[in-house]
Amino acid sequence: MTQQEALFKYTLRLGDNALIQGHRLSEWCSKGPILEEDLALTNIALDNIGLAQAFLKYVATIEGKGKTEDDLAYKRAERQFYNNQITELPIGDFAVTIAKQLLISTFEVQLFTALSQSTDETIAGIAAKGLKESRYHFVHSRDWCFRLGEGTEVSHAKLQQAFNELWPYTGELFELVEEDNILLVAGIAADLSELQPIWKATVATVLKEATIQVPEDGYMHTGSRKGIHTEHLGHILAEMQYLQRAYPDATW
Amino acid sequence: MVTPATHSKEEIFALLATIHDPEIPVVTIQEMGMLRDIILDENGCEVIITPTYTGCPAMGIIEHDILQLLHNSGIKEVRVTTSYSPSWTTDWMTAATKEKLKHYGIAAPIHSSCVNWLQPNNLVISCPRCNSSDTTLISQFGSTACKALYSCTSCKEPFEYFKCH
Repeated sequence: MTQQEALFKYTLRLGDNALIQGHRLSEWCSKGPILEEDLALTNIALDNIGLAQAFLKYVATIEGKGKTEDDLAYKRAERQFYNNQITELPIGDFAVTIAKQLLISTFEVQLFTALSQSTDETIAGIAAKGLKESRYHFVHSRDWCFRLGEGTEVSHAKLQQAFNELWPYTGELFELVEEDNILLVAGIAADLSELQPIWKATVATVLKEATIQVPEDGYMHTGSRKGIHTEHLGHILAEMQYLQRAYPDATW
Repeated sequence: MVTPATHSKEEIFALLATIHDPEIPVVTIQEMGMLRDIILDENGCEVIITPTYTGCPAMGIIEHDILQLLHNSGIKEVRVTTSYSPSWTTDWMTAATKEKLKHYGIAAPIHSSCVNWLQPNNLVISCPRCNSSDTTLISQFGSTACKALYSCTSCKEPFEYFKCH
């Protein structure tokens, strides 16, 4: 793998994570438990989609085949997506969404802090922008963890259950593969092995205050670095890509 | 090739500085710090803008407004480029811009950058209507991602706060 190929695949992963996460969160539109949360979750979704647009635009430049960010979002098949599996899992109930948001936004704050120092100026610029936004996402989910964890017996149990179910998908966030290793040498990528202990400590601090137990590390799902996904991604793409598949290059 | 001869960079800048923010029409894109640079070369005119937030839905409208205004002014070869670096910050807003926001009913970002991002409840945000500092944070996300929703305990009115960024 050349450095250019590594950069393509790595940046595609950054874009896909933001795109799939944003698409999932957008499912809350008009279905939030309260109006303020409806706005908050869909605003976060909008941040994610904006970030996806920025990263995928850069991917198209790296690839150099004259594609746009929309081509990359709407005209790739499931096996060509490299988002972490946790992002494609169903939104579930509000507790599942909040738990997922906490796990992902904690990761993003650290990832973007590291990437804002990347030697690749475009990645560094987008990451610096994403960092400001992901901090707000982290505070949002953290404060909801406190409320749900210390709320009623039901809200506590639902949040605990959500973290238990999502935990086996968190190992994949930190997997280093060939493209990471190539770009680490060039100072472009973030060293995910260094981020993992900080991520875990931050999550543990929030969960402790929320009176939620940190799940035990056990079996961890894997596959997304090779384009292998859960059964859920295909359903997302079927909906997200429908219009461009049925009416190629349709504009409005 | 005609562009550099017909309009100077300063003239184009002055034209674009009249475009208003579609979301907050009391301020211009220049006052918000979104208009970053203008480059004149053999390919025409490149206008560099930066979004307040990556997903800011106003960007498409702003690009459209820029193209339309310059085309109507006789500048045909125009490209609008979105840049993320340096990333937009509320620190670029001048005191006069913040005052305009306040008159419009939006509490302006109170301090430089995001020094207190972990504890938003500790911020003291004054009501733009009655100036009371007795206010409560309702939600970190208001009608747009860049604003938080507050409620004033004194005058009982809800209001938006432009978050520091």
